[in-house]
Amino acid sequence: MKRPVVIPAALLFAVVLILAMVDLAPPALDLRPLVAANLASSGVAHPVTAVLLNYRAYDTLLEIGVLLLALVAILAVSESVPTTSSTSATSSDLLLPMLGRIAAPVMVVVAVYLLSAGTSAPGGAFQAGAVLAAAAVLLHLTGLLPGWRQPGVSLRWGLAGGFLLFVGVGAILLLVEGDLLRYPPDHAGVLIFLIESGLTLSLGLILAGLFLFLSHDKGDVG
Amino acid sequence: MTSGLLFACVGALLFVMGVSGVLLIRHLLRRILAFNLMGSGAFLVLVGLAQRHGVADPVPQAMVLTGIVVAVAATALALALVRRLHALTGKLEPPEADDD
Amino acid sequence: MTDPLVWLILLPLTWASLAFPSGPGRGAWLAIAALGVQLMLVLLLVVDVTESGILVRAVGGWGAPLGIDLAADGLSVAMLLLTQVIALPLAIYARSYFSATAPEGKYFWPLCGFLLAGLNGLYLSADLFNLYVTLELVGLAAVGLVAAGGGARQIAAALRYLFAMLLGSGAYLLAVALIYAAYGTVSMKTLAPLITAEAPVVIWLAGGLMLAGLMLKTALFPFHFWLPPAHGGASAPVSALLSALVVKASFYLLLRLWLGPFAGLTAGAGLLGWLPATLGALAILWGSCQAIRAQRIKMLIAYSTVAQLGYLFLIFPLLTGEAALRAGIMQAFAHGLAKAAMFMTAGVLIKATGQDRVDSLAGAAQQLPLTMFAFGLAGVTLTGLPPSAGFLAKWQLIEAAMAQGAWIIAVVVLVGGLLAAGYVFRVLRQGFLLVPATSADTSVFHPLPRTLEWMALLLAAASVLLGLRGVELMELVSLGGAV
Repeated sequence: MKRPVVIPAALLFAVVLILAMVDLAPPALDLRPLVAANLASSGVAHPVTAVLLNYRAYDTLLEIGVLLLALVAILAVSESVPTTSSTSATSSDLLLPMLGRIAAPVMVVVAVYLLSAGTSAPGGAFQAGAVLAAAAVLLHLTGLLPGWRQPGVSLRWGLAGGFLLFVGVGAILLLVEGDLLRYPPDHAGVLIFLIESGLTLSLGLILAGLFLFLSHDKGDVG
Repeated sequence: MTSGLLFACVGALLFVMGVSGVLLIRHLLRRILAFNLMGSGAFLVLVGLAQRHGVADPVPQAMVLTGIVVAVAATALALALVRRLHALTGKLEPPEADDD
Repeated sequence: MTDPLVWLILLPLTWASLAFPSGPGRGAWLAIAALGVQLMLVLLLVVDVTESGILVRAVGGWGAPLGIDLAADGLSVAMLLLTQVIALPLAIYARSYFSATAPEGKYFWPLCGFLLAGLNGLYLSADLFNLYVTLELVGLAAVGLVAAGGGARQIAAALRYLFAMLLGSGAYLLAVALIYAAYGTVSMKTLAPLITAEAPVVIWLAGGLMLAGLMLKTALFPFHFWLPPAHGGASAPVSALLSALVVKASFYLLLRLWLGPFAGLTAGAGLLGWLPATLGALAILWGSCQAIRAQRIKMLIAYSTVAQLGYLFLIFPLLTGEAALRAGIMQAFAHGLAKAAMFMTAGVLIKATGQDRVDSLAGAAQQLPLTMFAFGLAGVTLTGLPPSAGFLAKWQLIEAAMAQGAWIIAVVVLVGGLLAAGYVFRVLRQGFLLVPATSADTSVFHPLPRTLEWMALLLAAASVLLGLRGVELMELVSLGGAV
């Protein structure tokens, strides 16, 4: 019923948009020289990381908040299961658990590399956290790690810790330097690395949690 | 036409496909996929159009990274809701709208 | 604590993320204490802005366009004030409302904290992309609150709400992409002089996308489809939070863009303002009629929100003068306070009677006189009777409309007031006039904590009494001007 309206309207919009984009003149302002000029005092060598964790670090702070919030919302939605025995997906396959045992430690090493590479090359906390989370998911799928039920105290602190660290550093800088997340150029590199390390752990837990908490809700019947 | 502009045009198409999908598809998993298509379209426009003259710009790239994380969070929440709905009703389609 | 502006964002973020590790159902006292501090901070901010005009803070010390600017002018301070004034009594109410083991209250406090942080962040941000992140923070927190601990009906409502939010912010994000491509910045202050009536076509498209996305998020007719099930289905404190505050955030952003960066486009096209105004008028008529017909009390209040939001959009054709802006802010306050109070009384009535049908309220006035009185006071504001804030808002709106010869808007306002009286009196008639059937098992009232009733009454009384002191509030709006 909605189809005859939506599809022609969408096509018309796409055509107008593409024609308008092709026609667009170069922008009046170019931020690239500004990004490059301040790179030396930003504490990192990679421009994208500089934007993410220094120039627009406030966006990143709120973004981690969104991710933590989504996890809390998922926990609020999921059924409260009494924490009895945690059933692990038992696999009769021998090869799969073995591969999991080999791959997971390697993935941890990769995550540490991505974290440290982030200052000068593509990488950083989010990518490292994603690899950590993938390791956890892999372990779960190979039957080595049970799915998560409602999180205990230490897991909850681990999930929120990275964000709290980020907020804490931001607040201290506000008190000391006078602006939220204003890094002193001499210590910017250290502070950013501190935040990124905390975020890597918490992001790994949060992203793994998005999968492992869900795998316990009796969603699928198959 | 530079490659950046081409990306932006593809992004515009993906965006309208995604929006149409979210509006028209009743199956909830597909609707979540359509939302992700829409988001990817917007990200492609953001990055592609900014480098339509050939030089990469780190600011929109960082914005897209932020946007991707937000989209991941939204997708996870949507999946959790769909699973819960499926657990409660056994269906992957929303119940008929009741206005009272 | 030297800078109230930044702490208004940091503080709720902190208590939200501390409430989560404290455990399910925990964090209420932390939240209430922090909200008390937030209320003091916003009062300090009011003083600061009154004394020195618009305040700007460069996050990271970079400043726009490389960094992100936070800015507080009269309009944003007014919205911040509304948010904190409602949040504190609401938190005290919610602490009594959710029992220790209630599944819907399991993670109420962290979600509520993120929601308030998102709202404060949105009102203070002067950066279009940062605003996108705050929009998502608010939207996802709101969806989580609607869904929390609910049954199939509530989950379905939350899903519908989520997809509406995501469509809205998706459109907004595409618009931000187009603006960045055209001008190379997303700072509102830098953009304002750049966007003129000769702007390229993509900017008109971006404006249209933002207008459509934010109208969807504000549930303006005919985009209101997601609101009644979400607001009517959630638990009472959540409904109050969503109806009183969350829908105002996207309205504020639309107004901010209209008067700020897009002023170059909107000033030239005088007829453009009639689009939201027409939809607003339809929202008033449609929402009120649905509220009059609604069977469940929370659906009645939710449809009333659809109608009351309509008034906010009537101001758009009149924005050439300052009076319309004042009327809009007054209406946001009047509706926010009254609607929070109304959903809070609905929570009391539903808990007390165990049912949520309007018909089941017989005898409520004898059993819960404070609550019915609070509902009546909130109703006075929604109907627009003097001396309430609703009266002041509608008076200002009619005055602004007549000054510009837009008599049709004045007619809509008057008709809307009559219709509002229709649904308010439907509830009051049930509560006050009908004598309960003696020994009928339908009218058993369960005892409840008195805090619930007093908090509802507090907000309802504020919505009426604000009408007496509204001039000071409206003068605040003129401070600093638009960005």
